[in-house]
Amino acid sequence: MADLRDLYQEVILEHSKQPRNYRELADADHKVEGYNPLCGDHFTVYLKMDGEKIQDVSFQGSGCAISKASASMMTQSVKGKTLAEAEKIFERFHKLVTGAEHNGNQEELGKLAVFSGVSEFPVRVKCATLAWHTLHAALEGKQEAVSTE
Amino acid sequence: MTTAPNTYTEFRPLAPAHGGYDEQRVRRDFPILGQKVHGKPLVYLDNAATTQKPQQVLDAIVRYYSEDNANVHRGVHQLSERATEAYERARAIAQRFLNAARPEEIIFVRGTTEAINLVAQSYGRRNVGAGDEVIITAMEHHSNIVPWQMLCQEKGARLRVVPINDRGELILEEYERLLGPGTKLVALGQVSNALGTINPVRRIIELAHRQGVPVLVDGAQAAPRMKVDVRELDADFYAFSGHKIYGPTGIGVLYGKASLLDAMPPYQGGGDMISSVTFEKTVYNKLPHKFEAGTPHMAGAIGLGAALEYVSRLGIENVTAHEQDVLAYATEQVSAVPGVRLIGTAREKTGVLSFVLEPIHPHDIGTILDQEGIAIRTGHHCAQPVMQRFGVPATARASFGLYNTHEDVDALVRGLNRVREVFA
Repeated sequence: MADLRDLYQEVILEHSKQPRNYRELADADHKVEGYNPLCGDHFTVYLKMDGEKIQDVSFQGSGCAISKASASMMTQSVKGKTLAEAEKIFERFHKLVTGAEHNGNQEELGKLAVFSGVSEFPVRVKCATLAWHTLHAALEGKQEAVSTE
Repeated sequence: MTTAPNTYTEFRPLAPAHGGYDEQRVRRDFPILGQKVHGKPLVYLDNAATTQKPQQVLDAIVRYYSEDNANVHRGVHQLSERATEAYERARAIAQRFLNAARPEEIIFVRGTTEAINLVAQSYGRRNVGAGDEVIITAMEHHSNIVPWQMLCQEKGARLRVVPINDRGELILEEYERLLGPGTKLVALGQVSNALGTINPVRRIIELAHRQGVPVLVDGAQAAPRMKVDVRELDADFYAFSGHKIYGPTGIGVLYGKASLLDAMPPYQGGGDMISSVTFEKTVYNKLPHKFEAGTPHMAGAIGLGAALEYVSRLGIENVTAHEQDVLAYATEQVSAVPGVRLIGTAREKTGVLSFVLEPIHPHDIGTILDQEGIAIRTGHHCAQPVMQRFGVPATARASFGLYNTHEDVDALVRGLNRVREVFA
């Protein structure tokens, strides 16, 4: 049986209560909204690029603990990374939360490894990846809102 | 299979009123309720989404496919006759359940959504024109918003919305103000799926009729919970879904006054809805077949008939009293959980307890309760305008059925306290 504490790890709960980089980015050059119409989660991700490098990233919005903590930790993990590096992290993260990749590459994910419990709760994968899909759309230069449905 | 086919039409109201309601005996009729989920006994509190099915309904469906299955209304052989008889018997059961005047006023459809679309596309497209108005309310399910929006867009008509107050009740004065010479139709739910509010539909219909305006009542949440008498209400159209009243999915009922249905064009073309076809001209069949193109969901209709008989045997008044008792207990117990805020506190309510437990998101509540074996719905309940009205992105919703008990409510409260522990 899946354990709730695998999903709601302390780090996740802490980030959901006090999300990092939770603000509007006044000089953002990318701003994309992401929705999960099923549960009403709604985030805006702001990006400030310096060439290929993510100079600054932030988010705002409302959602469940998993989606909010994921957005918060995402901003920490991709800040200062290049576009290609950020996409690589998303790919690994996606494999982690969908259970496609087990403990092998968790080290490279660093703190994001706390989301491994999500794979035991398939309906919550969308919560964990909403901010990432939104970031991905922003990196691709999209302006329209993305939806997980 | 324990019952003979002729028990379809038996009505044996259970002796006395609520005191005689044996909830444990009722629960034993529902095989699905006996299971464990995540190692905990299942506590099913998502009845506004769909209800579980009693053995009597499952038996009726299996019996139909095992003994009577054939296409209806066309064969000369024995099985087709039996299938037709069973299908039309189900129509007669639905007629009695709603107290409709005639069986041909009962149209079998896929569910409430299809019923509303049928009226919008058939009655609406013929009777609503540019500059006309259709009135709905601020607490409608998307299925009673979008078909009217589509109609209004096509016709250049205007959708008017009756507002609700902070308790989640319709503001009747606003409704009276909206009713005018341009109003061509009023469509509203009898019971709100997101708030549990019981709307005063009889009064609403009376006011509309004074202006000669017909009214469609979405009875998806009301039919399973309270006595519905379409003639007493004087409803012009009344829709409900089989799966929300302990019957199968994919079947529902549209009731319409024969005078209105007769004048309406068909909704879909095909077999069974015609009396003669040439390439030059098709003559449509009479009611109800005019609106039932193609092979109908025979097993579904028969299962629905069995479900309506099941509810009638328990006595809909007993079901209402039982659910009111469980709702009253749940309202008291859940309100006492620190942090809980009820969404929808109408004076007339049934079946539904919508709430938030701030600052915890409803989706997290749903996951944690699921781990305790408790099934509730979280989200916008296909009623996004209601969420906007109350300024929440989503709610948690416990909704009750005829098999729920005070123990289910106690389990819910223990689960909510567990949620609070996790997020402490």
